[in-house]
Amino acid sequence: MSNHDLILSTPAVARPWRERLGSAMPLLVLGPSLLASFVYVFVFTGWTLYISLSNSSLLPTYGFVGLDNYASLWANRRWNIAYNNLFLFSGFYIVGSMTVGLLLAILIDQRVRGEAVWRTIFLYPLAVSFIVTGTVWSWLYNPTDGIQAMVRGLGWTNFSFALASDRRYAIYAVIITGVWQSSGFAMALFLAGLRSVDSDLIKAAQIDGASTFRIYRKVLLPTIAPIFLAVAVIQIQFAIKTFDLVAALTKGGPGISTTFPAIYVYDLMFQRGQIGEGAAAAIMMLAALAVVLVPYSFWVVWRRRKEAGHG
Amino acid sequence: MADDVSLDQMHDRHAATVAARRHFLTRFVIYGLLVIFAAIYLVPLLVVVLNSFRDQQEIARNGLISLPRSFRLEAWGQAWSTYCIGGTCEGMQRNFYNSLKMTIPATIISTVVGAMNGYILSKWRFKGSEALFTCMLLGVFIPGQISLMPWAFILGNLGLSNSTYGLIVIHVIQGISFTTLFCRNYYVSIPDDLIKAARIDGAGFWRIFRKIILPLSSPILIVTVIWQFTGIWNEYLFGVVFTSGQQQPITAALVALTASGTNVRAYDVMSAAVLIGALPPLLIYLFGGKYFVRGLTQGAIK
Repeated sequence: MSNHDLILSTPAVARPWRERLGSAMPLLVLGPSLLASFVYVFVFTGWTLYISLSNSSLLPTYGFVGLDNYASLWANRRWNIAYNNLFLFSGFYIVGSMTVGLLLAILIDQRVRGEAVWRTIFLYPLAVSFIVTGTVWSWLYNPTDGIQAMVRGLGWTNFSFALASDRRYAIYAVIITGVWQSSGFAMALFLAGLRSVDSDLIKAAQIDGASTFRIYRKVLLPTIAPIFLAVAVIQIQFAIKTFDLVAALTKGGPGISTTFPAIYVYDLMFQRGQIGEGAAAAIMMLAALAVVLVPYSFWVVWRRRKEAGHG
Repeated sequence: MADDVSLDQMHDRHAATVAARRHFLTRFVIYGLLVIFAAIYLVPLLVVVLNSFRDQQEIARNGLISLPRSFRLEAWGQAWSTYCIGGTCEGMQRNFYNSLKMTIPATIISTVVGAMNGYILSKWRFKGSEALFTCMLLGVFIPGQISLMPWAFILGNLGLSNSTYGLIVIHVIQGISFTTLFCRNYYVSIPDDLIKAARIDGAGFWRIFRKIILPLSSPILIVTVIWQFTGIWNEYLFGVVFTSGQQQPITAALVALTASGTNVRAYDVMSAAVLIGALPPLLIYLFGGKYFVRGLTQGAIK
């Protein structure tokens, strides 16, 4: 903070150029990044917004058509499927990976042997790409080569597990794979939270004779409540941006049953040459993110202020 | 009197065995659950590793998930250098190099820029720098789909469409928000007094960076490099949109490979190809796991 005065209070008398260059250096270095970020955040968004209001088809054109693209987007059955899928996926994905993540975090928190090994195992899917995960799981879901074939080979010849090839259930194949990939992430955050709880609180509860279960329910989990919200918000972001996982796992199929907004945008822009409507869909994705992130950031700022006020 | 004691002791002993039994049971449940979950996490990896060494015919006969009865290394060689994807029979090697050629420069440039930005935004603050920082942060949240059309236009005009250089540009600009965020939040914790003292001694902008900031930076630089490397290596959307064929990074090539539907699915070669694509980030994770996790939690909480 105190750097302010050092820079801003320099007297306005003529100084050697070297010194003047020196004081301008931070801005000179920061400038290009600022410009690039500004263009990336505001110009690109404005540009795509404008395309979404234009009659662009194969190439961007700038005939203004108002909200036509949005109207035809929302009238499109495929977009509605994409949108429903997003809700369904987000719900199960968030609840699923948070439940598994919390369970794993609590298990690891019981002073188990080889903690680092367990953590490494549960987190490694996060290091590999959704493309790799999606590809491998698409093999496992394959009825003639994967899990179904294995169980049938063991003797249960009526066993049926063909999630990904049934249009009613394919979305659950995406959900399971998503949970598999990211519950380790929830685990890491929960574990960090559990470890940061003041140990005096736990000791006090232990002296009062509270059971481990009760300590978790009454002391630990309420204390790390903000982490639940943070994990949920990050997962929703993942869900809204979901593209790679579906592209590798089901390619949006069978039929159009696992279309997601991001898949829809890609398809319209680069497969069907309907840039205007594709841009409208991209703007809807941004809107969905804003609906989640804007209130959350306000809440985070508000909480920090409150804490600072108490401190 | 003596009887009393022995009765007490018996009581204690009984309570102790009950407690021990309960303790054993909870431990059993804890480790049991951990083992089950570990199996769920490891089996897919194990399946891919084993299948990359199995004979294709054996996979076709016994399915993907079964104990290997053959061992051969040919699939790896095929996946690396001779397997055909869409007409060209060069395996994944070119795409692997493309990914390296894209990821290494983009990681280095975005990390260096992020470190400089973080240094300025924490130690050379000026009026409005906090607001500018917040604006830069917005870049973290913008979905890639928003920037597809603008990038297509810009790369086209720069003559960088369908090239690794175009992807470098995209990943650097996109990555700056993240790297700046990481570095700035780390440098804030370096005491301002250190900087003040150096300035009184006559050190300037670069000298302070070199002599004070940089020597303290290795943890955050490792975190940032790992984060950027894995993120860029694993990226798919820009790769598939802005490159094709021989220019594709490995993620896009993997999708093309597994989608190329010949009669028999060559699971052995595809398994090896998937592992080739997954290996660099996996190795980084295994050797730099601590920093990887730190990056995750820091990136998440802020």
